[in-house]
Amino acid sequence: MSLSATDFDYIRTLVMKRSAIVLEAGKEYLVESRLIPLAKREGFSGLEEMCAGMRAKPSPALVEKVVEAMTTNETSFFRDLMPFEAMKKQIVPELIAARGGSKCLSIWSAASSSGQEIYSLAMLLRENFPALRDWRISLLATDLSQEMVARTKQGLFSQLEVNRGLPAPLLIKYFTKEGTHWQIKQELRDLVEVRQMNLAESWKLMPQLDVVFLRNVLIYFSVETKREILGRVREILRPDGTLFLGAAETTLNIDENWTRVQIDKTSCYRPGAAELRKAA
Amino acid sequence: MRALVVDDSRAMRNIIAGILRDIGFEADTACDGQEALNRLAAGPLPEVVLLDWNMPVMDGFTFLVEARKKPEYADVRIVMVTTEGEIAHMVKALEAGANEYIMKPFTKDVIAEKLMILGVMPE
Repeated sequence: MSLSATDFDYIRTLVMKRSAIVLEAGKEYLVESRLIPLAKREGFSGLEEMCAGMRAKPSPALVEKVVEAMTTNETSFFRDLMPFEAMKKQIVPELIAARGGSKCLSIWSAASSSGQEIYSLAMLLRENFPALRDWRISLLATDLSQEMVARTKQGLFSQLEVNRGLPAPLLIKYFTKEGTHWQIKQELRDLVEVRQMNLAESWKLMPQLDVVFLRNVLIYFSVETKREILGRVREILRPDGTLFLGAAETTLNIDENWTRVQIDKTSCYRPGAAELRKAA
Repeated sequence: MRALVVDDSRAMRNIIAGILRDIGFEADTACDGQEALNRLAAGPLPEVVLLDWNMPVMDGFTFLVEARKKPEYADVRIVMVTTEGEIAHMVKALEAGANEYIMKPFTKDVIAEKLMILGVMPE
């Protein structure tokens, strides 16, 4: 049975209140695909019965599961590849040159889902920059979902997940096989701090950052929330720091206080007045 | 760009070749390692070979070793696509000259992302 307009409105309002994520008209299919399996797991006959049950007697645990199911995004190791190539060829070498005095480097993977992005960055640094061995490296991963935070801390991935985007030599080097799953080695898990965080609420204890990966998450927010988030990123990003957005995302017409920088086939953003600047 | 799919299962050959054609490759198929060696010898060379491990006549690993003996095939990328999911198998294949390794089951995205890593992707 398809989702009724009343139930869609109920879910849309719930998700908006809890995460500031906007589910526009036309996203009914997304609600169905994410929540019908949850409804079955929770013992309801379907989505309609689950919505009716929640309206009659809202359970905080179930509300959290609904919000998590609606906000968990697809991810893969080295997703879209080009931002990681830009990190390897330009961003990290520039930061090593600029931070030689403090020997500190901090990178944030925001809306980090199950952790593929932050562990891809950890592997990239380990593989390509031996000079960073005696640096203080801060790799922070945050996600709205407690389940995703727990998964990232555990660093355990299915065979299908490690198949996706992860070069085989890195799988051999940085993972151990645990039954049918693969676990990222402790030495890399030790590099990563994982926290639960709602991007739409106040940000607590955020460090100054050199690089922010905020990819494929702004698309879910209203323009006002996007503007607030980009403004807060500017506050914690160092003046020569770098922001990566998703391939289909931009700061244009949202927050004009960014400079877009083209690096090969990808682009990133630096704090400053908006203008197109091509990297040398 | 050309790709050669080597698998003794007709269904698997069709699935992988179909994915490659969707991505934009010209995809040819062979049923075992010996037939694949014959295809390489006859030319034109593919940019990439997607290779099953366990096959009758000549298995994928033997094909890999034989192909890597020939300098004229050095630019051909070889991707193992196999149910063999142990680290020891991966190490053995990569040391013998495989460029990538995909464990079955897989999805279209898996193949596309691995080929992107190898830099073999039609424009």
